[in-house]
Amino acid sequence: MSAPKTLYDKIWDNHIVSIYDDGTTILYIDRHLVHEVTSPQAFEGLRMSGRKVRRPEFTLATADHNVPTMDRDKGIADPDSKLQVETLERNARENNITYLPMSDKRQGIVHIVGPEQGFTQPGMTIVCGDSHTSTHGAFGALAWGIGTSEVEHTLATQTLIQTKAKNMCIKITGEVMDGVTAKDIILAIIKKIGTAGGTGYVIEYTGDVIRNLSMEGRMTVCNMSIEAGARAGLISPDEKTWEYLKGRPLAPSGVEFETAIRYWQSLATDEGAQYDEIVEIKADEIIPQVTWGTSPEDVVSIDGYVPDPKNASSDEKKRSIERALEYMGLEPNTPVNEIEVNKVFIGSCTNGRIEDLRAVSKIAKGRKVEKNVHAMIVPGSGLVKEQAEKEGLDKIFIEAGFDWRDPGCSMCLAMNADKLKPQERCASTSNRNFEGRQGRGGRTHLMSPQMAAAAAIKGKLTDFRDL
Amino acid sequence: MEKFNKLTGNAIPLRITNVDTDMIIPKQFLKTIKRTGLGEYLFFELKFDQDGNKIDSFELNQDQYKGASILIAGKNFGCGSSREHAPWSIADYGIKCIIAPSYADIFYNNCFKNGILPIILDEETVSNLQDSAENTLNFNIDLEKQNITYLENNEQKEITFEIDPVKKKCLIEGLDDIGMTLNKSSSISDFENNQAKKTPWLYRSEII
Repeated sequence: MSAPKTLYDKIWDNHIVSIYDDGTTILYIDRHLVHEVTSPQAFEGLRMSGRKVRRPEFTLATADHNVPTMDRDKGIADPDSKLQVETLERNARENNITYLPMSDKRQGIVHIVGPEQGFTQPGMTIVCGDSHTSTHGAFGALAWGIGTSEVEHTLATQTLIQTKAKNMCIKITGEVMDGVTAKDIILAIIKKIGTAGGTGYVIEYTGDVIRNLSMEGRMTVCNMSIEAGARAGLISPDEKTWEYLKGRPLAPSGVEFETAIRYWQSLATDEGAQYDEIVEIKADEIIPQVTWGTSPEDVVSIDGYVPDPKNASSDEKKRSIERALEYMGLEPNTPVNEIEVNKVFIGSCTNGRIEDLRAVSKIAKGRKVEKNVHAMIVPGSGLVKEQAEKEGLDKIFIEAGFDWRDPGCSMCLAMNADKLKPQERCASTSNRNFEGRQGRGGRTHLMSPQMAAAAAIKGKLTDFRDL
Repeated sequence: MEKFNKLTGNAIPLRITNVDTDMIIPKQFLKTIKRTGLGEYLFFELKFDQDGNKIDSFELNQDQYKGASILIAGKNFGCGSSREHAPWSIADYGIKCIIAPSYADIFYNNCFKNGILPIILDEETVSNLQDSAENTLNFNIDLEKQNITYLENNEQKEITFEIDPVKKKCLIEGLDDIGMTLNKSSSISDFENNQAKKTPWLYRSEII
């Protein structure tokens, strides 16, 4: 009997192609997602060296970062964005890679499209030139973001040269209060361990709180593993995972689905397996979370206050708080629920799925967006959009004064036309609040979809449970 | 890939922690389909204000740091997105070595693919080096010997650093990762044949 292994250990071991003397490993990559921003130079590299894509059928491409979220029939206005998307289309065609164009209803953010199509499955290794590839860990797939050189390496060899990360277990115990979402849980985790807390680790999220989350919620948690510094996040697959996958276009079917389930069940962390680090977080203490600053670890509960640099634990921390306060245009000790916003962004690979939109519709129904606020809702994919419209959610949004858009990354990183103007303040369901992230000089507060919807209605950050 | 062995140059002290990839290269410059020419956009929004005026207090705008080939930064450098545009812009600007207490994982790996040496030293040492860098000293970095040497107040100083031996070898020899892996093509094929038996559904994927 071999030593007990973690979920990460098992997936890793199952994908070893070859190990160099020093332990560096050539790891097989089962699936590769490709988007327009991080791939053109990789395809160019292949062309220059006369190399071919080894497994085009294991590769799926779509444009998400640069696509417009309105007036799509007019095409892409920005010439550079247009060229980048056209380049992806050409590269996909020349290399026999499936490409979902803007006109296809399956187009969307890569990390929403992969799970929707059943492209993402437990036990797989999945990579993409995008740090939020960690999202797919919600299925018990080892999924991580890579740079363009590694995109080229994956295209050419269907492998990557890797060194193994350490195992971290984050155990969420207790019970969550009503209205506390997956987003609040992951923000609370990042608050506790910091944006470098997971550096060098793959995090496995465990505990009943995680078990009770939907697949959508689990994706939200794993998505922001990268904001905690981890290479990847993982959740052991279970009945909810099979239920989600069943009938998806690329998922196994019939008898083979049953065989696959038996294999997937064998992946769970063995009893007695050792983690290099274990972090416990009590769910009972978590209330809705928001960020006040310019790092995803600048998290505070909605009943809290903007920090005072005077109370900083070190000079370095003091400087960093001062810098963030200046950028954010905030005074120390301001109650967080007094911060006024004029923009709201609901969407992204963190919170652009159907469950998120349903939650927003419950808040929006029968209410109105505050008159000084522009609030946009960007579904994560064309299929999310279609489903929302089937359920009549779009009517609720439009009636309440929300701006209902077409799918894409949109104002999460503002590479398309959707961006904040300098000093605009945004309640956002995305994943990063860096300086300039949503537009130069723009100020971002991260939160759950429910909280962003409530901010749209009140014109300020507010505990949606009090509406 | 460009080889890295020895480097001599002055260094820019950048006393900011958690420098993220959006700071290193803002998204408006990610629309390129080339790897080159990004150096002039490095730290663009720290170099210029919203009206396009130079921000004099920012180190990269100061004459004494012109031509610097080393960057000495705060901890968790390069956090955020996987964009390789970040190390491309750093290398294109002329910086071949970064010294910091820690790096974000993806950025750290990306450096080695682009001939940049990211050195890890403890916070106090990094802070002291930042002080020294303000005196426009020349630092000598020797990857083979794994040390940094410099002359300060007529005193010869030496700091040693640790680095993974494989990564060191790749930088020194400028190895082509893909070529190395392609030499193992038969192992990759063997792996695929075994995997197709064990988990055949992974090989049923058709064009959707």
